[in-house]
Parts: sequence; structure tokens; C-alpha cells
Amino acid sequence: MNPQTATTLLELRDLRTVFHTARGALTAVNGVNLSLHEGEVLGLVGESGSGKSVTLRSILRLVRPPGKVSGTVLWRGTNLLELPESRLRKVRGGEISMIFQEPMTALNPVLNIGEQITETLQEHTNLSSQDRNARATELLELVGIPSPKERLKDFPHQFSGGMRQRAMIAIALASNPKLLLADEPTTALDVTIQDQILKLLLRLKDTLGMGVILVTHDLGVVAQTCDRVAVMYAGRIVEVAPASELFAQPRHAYTLGLLNSVPGAQSTRRPLIPIPGAPPNLANLPPGCPFSPRCPYVTNACKLEQPALQAISSTRLSACIHFDRLEPVNAQPPPEVQP
Amino acid sequence: MNRWSYIIMRVLQVIPTFFVVMALVFFMVRLLPGDPTSAILGERATEAMIARGNKELGLDKPLIVQFGVFVGHFFQGDLGDSINLKVPVFRLILERMPVTLFLTLYASVLAVLLAVPLSFVAALRRDTGIDSAIRGMFQIGLSMPVFYIGLQLLTILGARWRLFPIGGYGETFFEHLWYLFLPALTLGFNLAAILMRNLRAAILEVLQSEYVDFARAKGLRSSLILGKHVLRNAVISTVTLFGLNIGGLIGGAVITESVFAIPGVGRLMVDSIFGRDYPVIQGLTLTFAVLVSLTFILTDIVHAQLDPRVEVT
Repeated sequence: MNPQTATTLLELRDLRTVFHTARGALTAVNGVNLSLHEGEVLGLVGESGSGKSVTLRSILRLVRPPGKVSGTVLWRGTNLLELPESRLRKVRGGEISMIFQEPMTALNPVLNIGEQITETLQEHTNLSSQDRNARATELLELVGIPSPKERLKDFPHQFSGGMRQRAMIAIALASNPKLLLADEPTTALDVTIQDQILKLLLRLKDTLGMGVILVTHDLGVVAQTCDRVAVMYAGRIVEVAPASELFAQPRHAYTLGLLNSVPGAQSTRRPLIPIPGAPPNLANLPPGCPFSPRCPYVTNACKLEQPALQAISSTRLSACIHFDRLEPVNAQPPPEVQP
Repeated sequence: MNRWSYIIMRVLQVIPTFFVVMALVFFMVRLLPGDPTSAILGERATEAMIARGNKELGLDKPLIVQFGVFVGHFFQGDLGDSINLKVPVFRLILERMPVTLFLTLYASVLAVLLAVPLSFVAALRRDTGIDSAIRGMFQIGLSMPVFYIGLQLLTILGARWRLFPIGGYGETFFEHLWYLFLPALTLGFNLAAILMRNLRAAILEVLQSEYVDFARAKGLRSSLILGKHVLRNAVISTVTLFGLNIGGLIGGAVITESVFAIPGVGRLMVDSIFGRDYPVIQGLTLTFAVLVSLTFILTDIVHAQLDPRVEVT
């Protein structure tokens, strides 16, 4: 997929996560191909239910039953999906760490922060108990928690929202991971704190040389932090592009719809254009392009078969057969296209 | 308010409860048909003999005067003498109480030893045959009366297979453990059922929580996740339930001790009620009230200890 395989850190090949429920099989992640380079920040965006979080969890096999993950998750040459549990545990938290959306629910309420950091260190390092405590203090300091030594004894409910997210990042960074999976890390925070946390993540990424996959539905966050963006819709990647190029000119009708539906920073105010309809039922996808029922550019060709994700330039991929017909962002919606 | 003043305050709160129990038990035992003298003298007693007996025991005085005497003696540290056994009630309780405390504690330990692992197995194998079997077994524990379970265990394991003694208490600590195994199991099984039902549900809930996912994402081994992250959270509500059911356990001890012929306060209580031995009934009821109140306080303290979010105020 990418010529620079030497620097590829993680590669997903035909990743598929299916939930077998009583009402049929729900394909939450539907053949995702994606790669991440060392030190890169990749944004994974899409609406709620588009499969972003499930993709992230599938990488570390954290999907709960009845979810089943198949395909390949190639991590430095090893397929994580075939790794025995004992070796996978070394990767989890050791080489790949994950942070969650809501630190209040992701931190254990009855264990103090120090305990929650040192247990990770105990699992992944040979540090003595004393060194683990020292390292925990150091980590809290690294993520900008004042008087870290004292706060190690505090419980999550004694922290503010932003502090909790910092603490969770400290836990995730405990054993110097090479990749950080961040599942909507700022969604539960207010805007000023959000900004602090994103800056913190970027700073840590640079100092520790990690790759980051950032799942978010907030395009503002993507613009601020990501090198490259992958847009998901109905369990599929529909567009991949460098962040600046994506915002300048989307090459998938869905991405265009997303960009048009959020307020921009233009001097003139314009009405927001929502995407009509709702995301499709994952148990019963429409034929052809899954976005076609909501798409203003739809033609008959869209409904015939599922368009593949294809290279449309040296840096960009799109799964839209009308990628070259799309209007610029913030233009008026195109006239009704007759199907 | 610090933890110690909280505990002292809670202990002081027991005092009014204690007095209410004192009045209640005094008047309620006297509502029972019959009286100690007729119980002692039997069916052939004449009116005159009963009247003489009652006079000797001070039972001919007005109730309110008798209550005054009871309270007065209480403040001198005297719970009265047993009418039937002719010994101080206080000494009787002191003699018999260790047996009952041992039995109750033993039953609690067995209940926890049964409930915790089985709750985990049931929760982790949710909706499988194992889960159903465990839940079915405890449903029986919940619906069968304690004395019936006791009689069955006694008949099968004690009398028929001769695996366990069928009565008594033994002399040494290990003999106690041996002699009291069946009674403790009888008593503990019901409690185990109550605990297990709650704990299984709590484990299932905690397993769904995101901090369990986070713990897995940190690469922790399952045993650590279950033993630390899951159990520590799931056990919080179960501890309260455990405390609330200690009263029931003491009530169950009364019956179990009768079935297994164990010389504890439970049996003393039953004998005293049949013999209308008012002072003993009063003394025991007050002791139970104190024990149950102390257990509640202890439960609150343990609860606060387990859940850092709870402020003791």
C-alpha cells in the first residue's frame, strides 16, 4: 500500500470486525486497510457508529464478545491477531498504549492513581517497587500534574476532568510505548482543557517519538493535530489524505458533507449544511457505495458496486467515483443530481 | 469529622436503640401466653401454687413496677437470674456466647468462601450450563428453610454416611471446626445464596465497565484484573448486604443450634422461650441487639475503607 514500508509502524490489512447478534451479523469494521508511519499522527474521523473506535479496539483485540476480529494487524512484522494472549499482553501497554474518551469511567474508582500507574510498570518493567514509585512521580510531572508525589495517593474522583485525562495519559505512557491509540481523548473535556490536552499529546509524541492514532469526530481537533487523516463511513475507510489537503479539497462526497456541516473560521457566516438522512444500518448495508442514499452526487454507477479505495494522487486515496466532480468546501450544495 | 469521632458517634447512637429494644422485649415476652411458674410446675399446678410461685419471683407486681426493677438492676450491671437454671443471666450468656459467635463467624467465612469463587465462575460463564447450575443451587439455598437444609445434611452426611458428627461442639479449636462444619454450612448456605446473587450481578456490571477495558489495554494478566480491578469494585455493595444479613444469621443460629444440639445462646434462647424464662430472653435479646448494631457500624467502616468515594460524615 505504501512504498515506504521501512518506516511503517503499523499496518492494517482487510481488518474486519463482526458482531454476531441475535438479529444478524453487524459488520462494524468492514475491510479496513491502513498504515501508520513512525512518529506520525493519523486522525481517524467519522460519525458516531462509523467504526472508528471499534477499529482502534480491534488493533489490540480489545473487542468484547460477540465481536470477532479478522484480517491482519501487522505490528513491526508480527500479526497481533494471531499472537498468543501472553505475548499480546507484552504489546498491550508495553509497545502500544491506549487512552479512552472518558477518564472518569476508564480509571478504576477504588484504586489510587499511583497504584494504577505502578501496576503497568510492574507488568512491563523490572523496576523495583521504589523505582516504580519514582517513575510514577516522574510520569505525573511529565503530563503536567502539579505536586505529583502527593497526588499519587489521590483517587480519580479527587482529580478534575483535565487532570484525570492527564493521569490516564501518564498511565498509558508508563512503559514508553511506540504507538498511542487515542479514542476521542478530548471529547469529554471543555474546550480550553481540550486544547491543553492536545498540545500535551503533541509535545509527548515529539519527545517520546511515538506514532499516534487519534480517533475523533471533531474535525477541529484533526486540523490542529493530525499529519494524515482517514475518514470512515459505515465501517469502511472512504478517504485518506494529508490533513492540509483534505481540508483544502475533500475528494469524497462524505468528507465534503462532513466539512460543510461544521462551522468554519471564515469571516463571513454561512448557514451550515447538514448531511441529510442517517448512517446506514450496519446489519443491512445499501448496495454499492454505503453513502449513496445520502449523497447529493449520487448516480446509478454508485449503486451498482462498492467503490474500492483507490489512489487518486501520490498522497491521497478515495473511494468515491465522483471524487473529481466535488465542489469546493463551503460552496452551495450542488443542484439535485438526477439519478 | 475524622474517622474516630465518626465511630464514637455511631456507637453513641446505639444507646437509644438499646433502650427501645429493652422496653420492647420486656413487654413483648410478657405478652406470651403462660408464665414461668406454670411452665415450671406443669399441668397439675393449682391456682394457689402458681400465685405463690409468682409472688416469689416478683411477677405479681404491676408490670410497670417490674420494668422499673429490671431497668434498675440493669444499671447495676445485673441482668437478673435465670428462673429455670437459677444462675445469673450474665454468666449464662458469657458461657454460651463464644459458641454462637464461633458458629456465626464460621458460617460467614464458609458463605464468603462459597459465594466469591462461584460468583466469579457464574459471571464469567454467564448464561451457560455452569452458570445455571450455580444459580439453581443457590436458588434452592434461598428458598429452603434453614432447619430443613440442616436436617437433610444431618441425615445424609451425618447419620447415613457418618462423615461428620451429628451434634456437640468439641473441645479444641480444630474439634470445633470439625463439629461445627455441618451447622456452619447449613447457616452459611443461605447467606452464601444472598451474597452470590448480588456479587454475580455486580461482577457482570463491573466487567462491562471501561476501566476493565483499560486494565486489559495496559497488558495486565486476567487474574490481576479479576482479583484487583473487578473484585475490589464488585465487593462494595456486597459488603453492605453482608452486614445487613448478620441479623438473619443470628436468627438462623437459634434454629441451627437446636437442630444440631449445639450448646450456644441460640439453643438457650429457644429453651428459655419455651420455659418462659423472662430474664434470659431479655438478656439475650439485648445482647443480639448490641451485636447487630456493632456489625452495622463495622459494615459502614469497611464500606468506607473499600470505597474511597464514600466520605464518613
